[in-house]
Amino acid sequence: MTARGTLVNESAMRRNRVVRRLGRLGLWLNPACAYFFLWAPILILVLFSFNQSKSVASFTGFSLKWYGNILNNVMGAERAFSTEIMLDAFRNSLFVGSVATAIATVLGTMIALAMARGKFPGKRWLDGLLFLPVVIPEITQAISLAIFFKVAFDWLALISGERILPGFHTIIMAHVTFNISYVAIVARARLADMDPQLEEAAKDLGANPWRTFWRVTFPLILPGVVAGALLAFTLSLDDFVITFFTSGVGTSTLPVFVYGLLKLTVTPEVNAISTIMMVLSTLLIGISLAMQGRSAPRA
Amino acid sequence: MKRLALLTCLLLLVAAPALADDMEREPWTCPEGYDGQTLSIFNWSTYIAEDTVPNFEAACGVTVNYDIYESNEAMLARIRQGNPGYDIVVPSGGAVQRMAEEGLLVPLDMDMIPNVANLIPDLLGAAYDPENMYSLPYQWGTVGVGYSTEVFPDGISSWEQVWAHDGPVAWLDDRQTMLGIAHLFLGNDPNTTDAVEINAARDYLLERGGNVVTVAADDGQVLLERGDVDIAVEYNGDILQISWDCECDDYAYAIPDEGSNVWIDNLSIPVDAPNPELAMVFIDYILDAKVGADLTNYIWYASPNQASIESGFIDEEILNDPAIFPPAEQVAKLFAIIDVGAEAEELINNAWDELLIFLGQ
Repeated sequence: MTARGTLVNESAMRRNRVVRRLGRLGLWLNPACAYFFLWAPILILVLFSFNQSKSVASFTGFSLKWYGNILNNVMGAERAFSTEIMLDAFRNSLFVGSVATAIATVLGTMIALAMARGKFPGKRWLDGLLFLPVVIPEITQAISLAIFFKVAFDWLALISGERILPGFHTIIMAHVTFNISYVAIVARARLADMDPQLEEAAKDLGANPWRTFWRVTFPLILPGVVAGALLAFTLSLDDFVITFFTSGVGTSTLPVFVYGLLKLTVTPEVNAISTIMMVLSTLLIGISLAMQGRSAPRA
Repeated sequence: MKRLALLTCLLLLVAAPALADDMEREPWTCPEGYDGQTLSIFNWSTYIAEDTVPNFEAACGVTVNYDIYESNEAMLARIRQGNPGYDIVVPSGGAVQRMAEEGLLVPLDMDMIPNVANLIPDLLGAAYDPENMYSLPYQWGTVGVGYSTEVFPDGISSWEQVWAHDGPVAWLDDRQTMLGIAHLFLGNDPNTTDAVEINAARDYLLERGGNVVTVAADDGQVLLERGDVDIAVEYNGDILQISWDCECDDYAYAIPDEGSNVWIDNLSIPVDAPNPELAMVFIDYILDAKVGADLTNYIWYASPNQASIESGFIDEEILNDPAIFPPAEQVAKLFAIIDVGAEAEELINNAWDELLIFLGQ
């Protein structure tokens, strides 16, 4: 019995050892694969932004000329038309992203506060509805927005006689509608973590609600608000489907512009501007992380 | 008044050749009164020269919004939804017809586009817009045969050589083009909607398709490059692409003498365009000899502009390439594809599907 027992134990232990070794290998492989899938395409994109030839399929040599082209156009030294329309798209992206993020952040934070602190009829409904833009397919939202704008503008044209065309205002409104939810959800999570007694203490010490908000609540939820704003900005920069359906003349954002190139030629210039965009957003995220890191010990 | 206009027209026509030499050297000038206005253009990507738009802005003192699209469908989707404010779109032949039928295009005022006289007459009045009421050609190209010069040292001049070739051949998976070529041989209209004629074309192709190894969806040039086929029925641009890529004389492109399909991209003005007058001025500008030549020199498609071709502004290398600029007698035999309507389309689809099955595709 005992002999057999040790046998079983030994084989079980051997199996355990194998499993553990496999597990360790898996633990190492898993992130390696994850990083590979995440970063390899981006690395290739960056690599080809330094390609000498116009091809994005074969690397012929190192060159900075695509960045040079962009810099020349930005500085106004030389204005190449094809680069100029790409830069316009880039500026449009930044403009739409910043304005939509600013509006969505204010509105989203207000909704989060109302949901966490306020009491009003239909609160539970709003709670569920808030998640709707996050859950429904983008194309559904895009088409419904496009139809909404068309119908609304037709009515306005009937009433005022003035025909309103889609443009930055429609894209920004559309981006705000989907961004509000993301900001509200992130900010609410932060509010839920907050100790409500802190606000009560402020009130006890004689602060009015306005002062309580700016001196206590807002600093505490700021990291959440910033995180929500960054998320919104990234989503705005990325968005293709909704932008495509709501854009007007001369308002193509970078994703819409790049899609237009697909059938013919994507030049390394597009890689270069994408790389610049990536560096910018990485910087933004880095700044926000640093900010959160500094505010955490104080809180 | 009308008679006077007619007389002026006639006079201009007679005087045109005499004036031509002097006029061609004059740069295009913008009519007065457009200063500070805005023009919005919606064009295919990489389909304009670097200085075309900036020069127009400078000449007229206007601002141009320039957006790009990648397919007729993408452009149509935007315009159908309600024109967001574009003054110029560039639809291909079939798309012109569809848009005109749906009331999405504005008729052109030829009085505002005097440079229409520069266009190659054979490219006007195509079947999709017989009166050129809604469209004027922008750039064009053809479907023909790309072949290996090793197998055909003397070239290809007839579709009969394609049918009879003892070796692998690729056809283009473009039903109206392929059936249209058969219609040419049978003496029918390439855009016929008659069931008997469509089936006759199917049978004609079936008898001559014994050497077909594949019916390629626009990648025949790759098969030719790999040596999988000796002949590929393809668009001229695709065959030119592999010749440039390999920098060799291994491949050539020819339009058989019997005729073939021509595609034309057109300048049109969508309905509800905010500034149709300036759009017509822009069309006139594009049809200028020098501007048209600059376009072709940059994007390497054939110019529909006779004046550009004669002016010497187009690079010799492009002008002398029969794959880009076929000789006039070939141009006269080219046919454009039109939208034949749902009923005929179904007949064509059925005929083509049957053909593909019998060819083992």
